[in-house]
Amino acid sequence: MPQANIRVQTDDFDTGYEYAQLARGTEAGAVVTFVGRVREFTGDPSAGLWLEHYPGMTEKVLKDIVARARARWTLTDCRVVHRVGRLTPGDQIVFVGVSAAHRQAAFEACAFVMDFLKTEAPFWKKEGERWVDAKISDDEAARAWQ
Amino acid sequence: MSKCLHILYFAALGETLGCREEDVRVEGVRTLGELRDWLSNRGIAWQAIKENRVRMAINQQVADVHQNIEDGDEIAFFPPVTGG
Repeated sequence: MPQANIRVQTDDFDTGYEYAQLARGTEAGAVVTFVGRVREFTGDPSAGLWLEHYPGMTEKVLKDIVARARARWTLTDCRVVHRVGRLTPGDQIVFVGVSAAHRQAAFEACAFVMDFLKTEAPFWKKEGERWVDAKISDDEAARAWQ
Repeated sequence: MSKCLHILYFAALGETLGCREEDVRVEGVRTLGELRDWLSNRGIAWQAIKENRVRMAINQQVADVHQNIEDGDEIAFFPPVTGG
């Protein structure tokens, strides 16, 4: 059974713990990790970020994206954690980690997972009272993998 | 033949429609497109559901207007996603 750990949760994640899981064993010579964080946004500074999601579908879509990455590159392990609920600037939102024999697969698969998470996974961000718009640059990044 | 459906509306779309989820019973509706038409006839605010940018899912899988819907299906309508 290929290794993968995909979670959607309100709690923060510990990048040290996630890395330690990815770095178990000696098969993988390369580990690549990415963290997405909440940036400062304009408007009421006391208002937070709200991360809405579609429970059930988010996990399914993330699993499918990871499966596509595994079909395209030979990977040892892949871990994805995405937070939901109320967040504030500086908070961690998402973790994607990939381990592989060599670095090219690890770098590329990590970017692939993030590009498709941004365009397919059913999460929606609200900054204060304003829903964030989807970005054309994200669609272009996903299309570039075709 | 009537179909009972559970329908979810997410994010900005749910706010525009003033509805987050509901159970409906429909008659003579075969496809997701026909369901969308049926919903959009509820009033001005519900026209938003037919905008090109609105995405749809049947039983938590992305779906398009041509797909059939069955009794007991979970349907979702949502704006373009913005996670990550």
